[in-house]
Amino acid sequence: MSKQTILEIKNLHAGVETKPILKGFSLSINAGEVHALMGLNGSGKSTLAAILAGRAGYEVTAGTVNYLGQDLLDLDPEERARAGVFLAFQYPVEIPGVNSTYFLKAALNEIRKSKGQPELDAIEFLELVKDKIKLLELKDDLLRRSVNEGFSGGEKKRNEIFQMAVLEPRLAILDETDSGLDIDALKIVAGGVNKLKRADSAQLVITHYQRLLNYIVPDFVHVMADGKIVKSGGKELALELEANGYEAILKQ
Amino acid sequence: MSTATDTIESLVKQEYKYGFVTDVESESTPPGLSEETIRHISAKKNEPAWLTDWRIKAFRYWQTMPEPTWQFVKYPKIDFQAISYFSQPKPKGDAPKSLDEVDPKLLETYEKLGIPLRERGRLAGVAVDAIFDSVSVGTTYREDLAKKGIIFCSFSEAVHAHPDLVKKYLGSVVPYTDNYYAALNSAVFTDGSFCYIPKGVRCPMELSTYFRINAAKSGQFERTLIIADDGGQVSYLEGCTAPMRDENQLHAAVVELVALESAEIKYSTVQNWYPGDENGVGGIYNFVTKRGLCKGKNSRITWTQVETGSAITWKYPSCILLGDGSKGEFYSVAVVNNMQQADTGTKMIHIGKNTKSTIVSKGISAGRGQNSYRGLVEIRKTAANSRNFSQCDSMLIGAKCGAHTFPYIEVKNTSSSVEHEASTSKIGEDQIFYCNSRGLSTQDAVNMIVNGFCKEVFKELPMEFAVEAQKLLGVSLEGSVG
Ligand SMILES: Nc1ncnc2c1ncn2[C@@H]1O[C@H](COP(=O)(O)OP(=O)(O)O)[C@@H](O)[C@H]1O
Ligand SMILES: [Mg+2]
Repeated sequence: MSKQTILEIKNLHAGVETKPILKGFSLSINAGEVHALMGLNGSGKSTLAAILAGRAGYEVTAGTVNYLGQDLLDLDPEERARAGVFLAFQYPVEIPGVNSTYFLKAALNEIRKSKGQPELDAIEFLELVKDKIKLLELKDDLLRRSVNEGFSGGEKKRNEIFQMAVLEPRLAILDETDSGLDIDALKIVAGGVNKLKRADSAQLVITHYQRLLNYIVPDFVHVMADGKIVKSGGKELALELEANGYEAILKQ
Repeated sequence: MSTATDTIESLVKQEYKYGFVTDVESESTPPGLSEETIRHISAKKNEPAWLTDWRIKAFRYWQTMPEPTWQFVKYPKIDFQAISYFSQPKPKGDAPKSLDEVDPKLLETYEKLGIPLRERGRLAGVAVDAIFDSVSVGTTYREDLAKKGIIFCSFSEAVHAHPDLVKKYLGSVVPYTDNYYAALNSAVFTDGSFCYIPKGVRCPMELSTYFRINAAKSGQFERTLIIADDGGQVSYLEGCTAPMRDENQLHAAVVELVALESAEIKYSTVQNWYPGDENGVGGIYNFVTKRGLCKGKNSRITWTQVETGSAITWKYPSCILLGDGSKGEFYSVAVVNNMQQADTGTKMIHIGKNTKSTIVSKGISAGRGQNSYRGLVEIRKTAANSRNFSQCDSMLIGAKCGAHTFPYIEVKNTSSSVEHEASTSKIGEDQIFYCNSRGLSTQDAVNMIVNGFCKEVFKELPMEFAVEAQKLLGVSLEGSVG
């Protein structure tokens, strides 16, 4: 039995106003796989993540994105989230006055509703999050605070993965979740991500450095430059990149 | 980008749910304002001569006053001769002996507004005085309150039943010379609520007045007077709605609070007068004077207001901190949308020693709304060791609205301190996208962000009202407020 295709991006061209950013990006991701997307700053990694999550302001000029058999670009961002797409933000925003628990419970219940599952009440929800908090070694009090407000950089990133743990997406896109983390936090985040790996879901891990890939072992590594993938390989490609630098690969 | 902003704007546009008209025959005085009108109102209410005289003095004073022009709101000149100053549902036979005998149409109106008055189905733990146009329809739970010595009745009744208290305190906090609309109110006020909490009594339930304007072409001029004697405590709520009409209607009320030694008065408002349509046609002019006097030592007055309605809101619920160690607080959420305008804030006048005041103001502007915070913190020479903390935050939704702050601070001694913080933020597309990317609709995201912004104020409201206030901002019942 062949594996289910979760995401299929074909020849995607997109940009802002007159500036093209993605220039023929193609990628196919199957269930159970972890893909790493690497590339220099400015190569278009965050743009790809933003377009997959449905951020306004980008124009797609060519290509297709198929997610679990539907045209992803046709869905509103909240519909994508309810269908199981999750983006861990490179820069998570603060929402003052909105309680983290309340926020996440509302999000989970939207997703459950769309699947025809009953909503969880406060007690059921707290039961569910208890274990997930431990997974990310987050302090309980973060859940009582406003969404991301006054969180340290590392706490924000861990909170993103914590949300991912609770929402259980089919496709998780992690945009530079490693940047700004010290090595201990990096291990915790990576450990969390590894434990969240499931046979029916996939992860696209965007990173600038190979060090994250010491802890999250990808099935595939892709190198991106100027809006498209220029080289793909197994996990050894990340090591090659580490040893020889981007230059060497880009010249090939 | 304009499309995202447009969606946000359309989402904050909400239908006005209380715009219906009650079909009762009403008895209104013809439009016009003169000494004769005032004598007519006074006679209708069978008032004692001292009160008629007081009204006439106020009227004569008002005639000498220029209309104020300093406010940051615009409206066409009001024709005071075109307003009917007294309107009441036509009495049917004898006056009703109990609330159950009140005209069913009126009872139905309040039921529709969510304020059942009949014995059965009354709000538990909330005593209500229901004011319909110029008169009080009835007051619930008054017997229960009377057992504790608490007086809660319509103002007109208080004039007859408790003339000494009324005479002593009427105009003692807001004299008729205070301002243009207070002078007008003093001349023509028709009814309102009166409350007296005796020494050492803690009022066992929330007291509440629900104001409803129904008749066309009429104004509503009510007067509320609340006195908490030494050690007394009361929490008082005020709600208001009006039908949708194309003409503007004037609501010029006066509220006076007096807190004696160690007394505490908490006054909360959820103001939802008809705001007019999206082009600014119709709506209530809400020009109100609200002031509390912390007369006794260690007394405390708290104003909490959620102002979402009215074409124009123009008011400054204030505290005069006369008693040593007294405390004044002002918590406000003011929302303007479409063509609404608000110029609101507070005055904290520190006179006694060791007095404290806190101001938390949250202004939300959407559509083409204009929202101003205007506040005065005055610490007099006598007010040694006094403190004020003020925080004024504005949130803008869309690009066509405005937010303005006018803080005035005067400190006349060196032992006191004043702290002022202010911020303006635009509801972020980033915040909304973040919520969207977690599965929340844009509508829910806006509600959540706005409610989060108002949280510090909502938590000051009594439970029933916090829920109401959140609903008013379009949020689901289960809130991020806690
Ligand atoms: N909204 C935008 N407006 C203008 N330029 C943008 C916008 N988003 C991205 N870019 C540009 O597109 C390029 C790719 O950016 P980005 O996707 O953030 O790259 P990466 O995440 O790989 O560092 C950069 O040159 C960046 O400046
Ligand atoms: Mg990036």
